Amino acid sequence: MSAHGHSHHDDHHGQAPAHGTFGSYMIGFGLSVILTAIPFWLVMTGVLGDPQLTAFTIMGFAVVQILVHMIYFLHMNTRSEGGWTMLALIFTIVLVVITLAGSIWVMYHLNHNMMPQMQDMSVHDMSQMP
Amino acid sequence: MSPHPASENSGIWKLIFGRLDWSAVPVHEPIVMGTFVAVVIGGVAILGIVTKYRLWGWLWRDWFTTVDHKRIGIMYMILGLIMFLRGFADAIMMRLQQAWAFNGSEGYLNAHHYDQIFTAHGVIMIFFVAMPMITGIMNYMVPLQIGARDVSFPFLNNFSFWMTTAGAVITMMSLFVGEFARTGWLAYPPLSGIAYSPGVGVDYYIWGLQIAGIGTLLSGVNLIATIVKMRAPGMSMMKLPIFVWTSLCSNILIVAAFPVLTAVLALLSLDRYVGTAFFTNDMGGNPMMYVNLIWIWGHPEVYILILPLFGVFSEVTSTFSSKRLFGYSSMVYATVVIAILSYLVWLHHFFTMGSGASVNSFFGITTMVISIPTGAKLFNWLFTMYRGRIRFELPMMWTVAFMLTFVVGGMTGVLLAVPPADFVLHNSLFLIAHFHNVIIGGVLFGLFAAINYWWPKAFGFKLETKWGKRSFWLWVVGFWVAFMPLYVLGLMGVTRRMRVFDDPSLQIWFQIAALGAVMIAAGIACMFIQFAVSIMNRDKLRDTTGDPWDGRTLEWATSSPPPDYNFAFTPVIHDGDAWADMKKRGYQRPVSGFEPIHMPSNTGTGVILAGLSVAFGVGMIWYMWWLAGLSFIGILAVAIGHTFNYKRDFYIPEDVVESTEGERTRSLAMQG
Repeated sequence: MSAHGHSHHDDHHGQAPAHGTFGSYMIGFGLSVILTAIPFWLVMTGVLGDPQLTAFTIMGFAVVQILVHMIYFLHMNTRSEGGWTMLALIFTIVLVVITLAGSIWVMYHLNHNMMPQMQDMSVHDMSQMP
Repeated sequence: MSPHPASENSGIWKLIFGRLDWSAVPVHEPIVMGTFVAVVIGGVAILGIVTKYRLWGWLWRDWFTTVDHKRIGIMYMILGLIMFLRGFADAIMMRLQQAWAFNGSEGYLNAHHYDQIFTAHGVIMIFFVAMPMITGIMNYMVPLQIGARDVSFPFLNNFSFWMTTAGAVITMMSLFVGEFARTGWLAYPPLSGIAYSPGVGVDYYIWGLQIAGIGTLLSGVNLIATIVKMRAPGMSMMKLPIFVWTSLCSNILIVAAFPVLTAVLALLSLDRYVGTAFFTNDMGGNPMMYVNLIWIWGHPEVYILILPLFGVFSEVTSTFSSKRLFGYSSMVYATVVIAILSYLVWLHHFFTMGSGASVNSFFGITTMVISIPTGAKLFNWLFTMYRGRIRFELPMMWTVAFMLTFVVGGMTGVLLAVPPADFVLHNSLFLIAHFHNVIIGGVLFGLFAAINYWWPKAFGFKLETKWGKRSFWLWVVGFWVAFMPLYVLGLMGVTRRMRVFDDPSLQIWFQIAALGAVMIAAGIACMFIQFAVSIMNRDKLRDTTGDPWDGRTLEWATSSPPPDYNFAFTPVIHDGDAWADMKKRGYQRPVSGFEPIHMPSNTGTGVILAGLSVAFGVGMIWYMWWLAGLSFIGILAVAIGHTFNYKRDFYIPEDVVESTEGERTRSLAMQG
């Protein structure tokens, strides 16, 4: 029970994490290829017209791609490692959302207040802000 | 003006030494040169003693290459104490300068030197004193308290320690070769950008922190894995000793927060090295983004420091009141809530940067909210003491001093959380007094409580109390004398990091503060005397029971110091205060049926990797690209090479375990 990471008796002690089947790996592979190909197609043909809409659509595909990797390649589910994986994932998402949303919110206000000449807005128009 | 043997302009010199030349040695600074001479004499003396008594082999085999979490913990504590002396030397120099530089006097420190001192003081005290010491305590105690034989990844533990040391070495090197940053401890751009800080100071700062950061992050991963995966059977999460809970939360914060620091320092280095414009004033850069990002790391960092010490105070209060901790589960929830809330308050460090009313009030309110779980903890400690049989041993004295001191620091913190008040007090000495009040009163007092509490476990004898009490009183009184004047000065509007003053009426306050610093210096001296006297009288202070305080948690079930394998048999846990429960139910030591114990082998890879990292850092700092390149390749080669090292474990034979355990059984029986 001492340290892990030794040469003999590597794995298969305790409850080993579930390994995927050939089928599940193929499904994951197929999904990732499709989820990569569609963004390429969107950019190369420009079917959506609006670049900003294209960018957001690609981001959406990226999020789905992450989920596919986590489920099919990292074999994550709500039960793995006694729920610790799921808990860690939720914690990570909460912190990433706080960091990104908080930074965008803070920096938007700072730009608005401290760099008014760049935005052609009144400095005193703070009531309009979110 | 000075006759350099080689001109900086000569091509070959530049190729080999980058921007390093003889002007980097501060010969014109008598204070630095005096220190240099003292360090050289001291260093030669230590090396001489080690060589004379042939201790190199012992040091290398038993300490430097060890993967034993207990020895690594002790090495972390030694690193922290050594760096503490450096950090405190900076502090007392600042106090002296500020008490002196009045009425037209320039004091004794020039601006170039003074600015490096206040930067180095902050960096060293946080990264190389507080962090190594809390990591050291957690390293030593967490596996023992959960009934494990080591941490999850013993080699990684050794590697983490040496990376932290490598960062400390780089930071210390700046004292004698070149300069340290003159930017304040968080190195805000644009001042820390290449345009305003073209020298090596900020580069020393960046690489010292980046390399030490690897160690901190990996030890965080290691301890989380240890706590989650290696608890003794029966120890559910709500039966964890409270110190393990606070350590878990602290390490989760480390793993979540330190990558932000790494990223923001990496962006700053890109600005400095390859001319990107993330945080510059022009080219679309935004220095305010740096401030925003570094405080997303920086605020959780202060909770990383204090949470494990909250655990220490809980253990100490419960042990020395001879009672179960009051409100264990509320303590756990308070810790978790603090850990999450610590991510929602970072903007209170820059209310004045201009975010406007809605942002400032959101972060002001979250900051005030965080004082609620902290207050709940304080009441838990008070209720634990209530009707307890309190023994005022040194750890308990430090705990009571903490409660009295920390509450004042907490209240001034809530005051600073009010944005309009912060507009008056931002960057004033009031702020300085506030965070020293919580960091000294919380983190340092906690570390001293922990050292006095767990010293007998680590070394097998108690610390003596006479010098310990002297140190205690000098420290506590010295703290109040040193920092209360800063509250007053801050309220009068004196800002931080000033080198000279015009208003003579302020001088008396700085002189009182300097007196306090001298008292603290005496307190530190008493502490080292306490260590020395205790080591000399160790036979008289010997603790053969392994449980000198009538402790309640598992570490006291082992001998002092514990055997290499900690526990011959993994204990089975039925209660939160596992050892108190075992004692109550008349626990009998097993005397037979021992088995060989599987242990990890020592390895020098951590030392080698850290040494190469120092070389890499020096190469990057001085633009010696060949050195940086070669040492980086070396790091990769050694790291990959280590994966082919299959000699990483061994077994302690059954008879050795039996004789070790038998000896302890006999020694316990002799005391009756």
